[in-house]
Amino acid sequence: MNVVPEITRKSITDLINNLERPDSRALDEYREISLETGVISKAEGSARVKIGSSQIIVGTKSQLGSPFPDTPNVGVIMTNSELLPMAAPEFEPGPPDEKSVELARVTDRCIRESQMVDLEKLCLVEGKKVWMIFIDLHILDYDGNLMDAAVLGAVAALLNTRIPKATMVDDEIVIDYENKEPLPIREKALMCTFAKIGEQMVLDPSLAEEEILSARLSIGMTESGNICALQKGGATPLTKEEIMNAVKITEEKTKELMEYLP
Amino acid sequence: MIIIITEDTNLGAKSREDGRAFDELRPLKIEAGVLERADGSAYLEFGGNKILVAVYGPKESHIRRFQRPDRAYIRCRYNMAPFSVDDRKRPGPDRRSMEISKVTAEALQPSILLEKYPRALIDIFIEVLEAEGGTRCAGITAASVALADAGIPMKDMVVACASGKVNDQIVLDLSEVEDKEGQADLPVAIMPRSGEITLLQSDGSLNAGEFEKAVDLAVEGCQAISKVQQDALKKRYGE
Repeated sequence: MNVVPEITRKSITDLINNLERPDSRALDEYREISLETGVISKAEGSARVKIGSSQIIVGTKSQLGSPFPDTPNVGVIMTNSELLPMAAPEFEPGPPDEKSVELARVTDRCIRESQMVDLEKLCLVEGKKVWMIFIDLHILDYDGNLMDAAVLGAVAALLNTRIPKATMVDDEIVIDYENKEPLPIREKALMCTFAKIGEQMVLDPSLAEEEILSARLSIGMTESGNICALQKGGATPLTKEEIMNAVKITEEKTKELMEYLP
Repeated sequence: MIIIITEDTNLGAKSREDGRAFDELRPLKIEAGVLERADGSAYLEFGGNKILVAVYGPKESHIRRFQRPDRAYIRCRYNMAPFSVDDRKRPGPDRRSMEISKVTAEALQPSILLEKYPRALIDIFIEVLEAEGGTRCAGITAASVALADAGIPMKDMVVACASGKVNDQIVLDLSEVEDKEGQADLPVAIMPRSGEITLLQSDGSLNAGEFEKAVDLAVEGCQAISKVQQDALKKRYGE
């Protein structure tokens, strides 16, 4: 973690307490967002997302594999993230650290618990053969709020995914690589992240804001407004009022974010 | 006689898998300064390859073994994204990527004025986002642009290109299919101003005559790519 000069911390906190932000956004306003899909042709699905200068490439790959013993009739989704050392000077090469694992797990939770992908349809032979979908988050540039970018990119990549058609012929699986079909997608979900700085909660913290936040709250929400994932971060407590207010803003903002999806 | 001549002509005219001439490069695009946080960066597309390179430094090295008393130390990490290849690649370094990291660092090193920064560290991170044959050469070519973008003093900009033997013909810049099915692959990196060779690897079989021809062809390819490197920097910083 970088050491933030006390004067920077104070000036940003004072601004936010006055309902202003260093980059002159409103407290509940996202930075510029861009999203492209199908950027990697070797991936089954892919997306490149930018929120501010944070940039992530998400790629999906499919593989036939065995289901987990406790869920023999559903396919498998695995989410993995790499905070590449290219993305920030403080990121070191090596196995995923806490931050990277948290990012992957929260993204996974938002996708899994929203039941966005109909995993039962990814089962070919109960207990034996299911589709495994790998979602790989490749963090290229870190400028704050990776959570929302990761979920937005992952959902876009899933929507962009085409897997080969697999059918059972005489107890054998025939994979037709010529005919690819989209994943069985149901209701989509996205995520909004807030940072508590001073007395306020701000949406989509930038890097400068993230470095001084006292608490962070990420809320995953489906299109119909159900909360499907939550993650609080930072060692400072939040009040119930602050949390409920964030949920309210999320209802409106996930709708805005949905507009970027293909 | 006539039959033989006809066959010969056919063989000579046999075009490559993707219809390129024997000395033709795949389409190439380089852009400098594409990342916000990195000190220098470059994005390169070469045929189906998509490569992103970031450079950090020269900076203080807090890792003792990456310190040299008289010059800067180059740390290079070549990494493939899990989705960059047909079958998902498990994340993390493997034997292949570790070897490529090593030879890449050694290929770039002679061009950098390392002695200006004793005890410092220069990090080069090469990310293969999509691979289609020739990623190590593409990585080296992009890394030079990223080093220049980071403002690191160099006496030349290293550039790399492969040649090889496919269907008994010496050809430039092997695609993925040609690399897999061909008879030889010869990646070469040079410092274009002096013509000195900084990387040379080969697998497959070439006789001495074919080898010389292949090296000459690769060097020719490097010289052409060098222009594109320079254009990328001019586009970013003006003439």
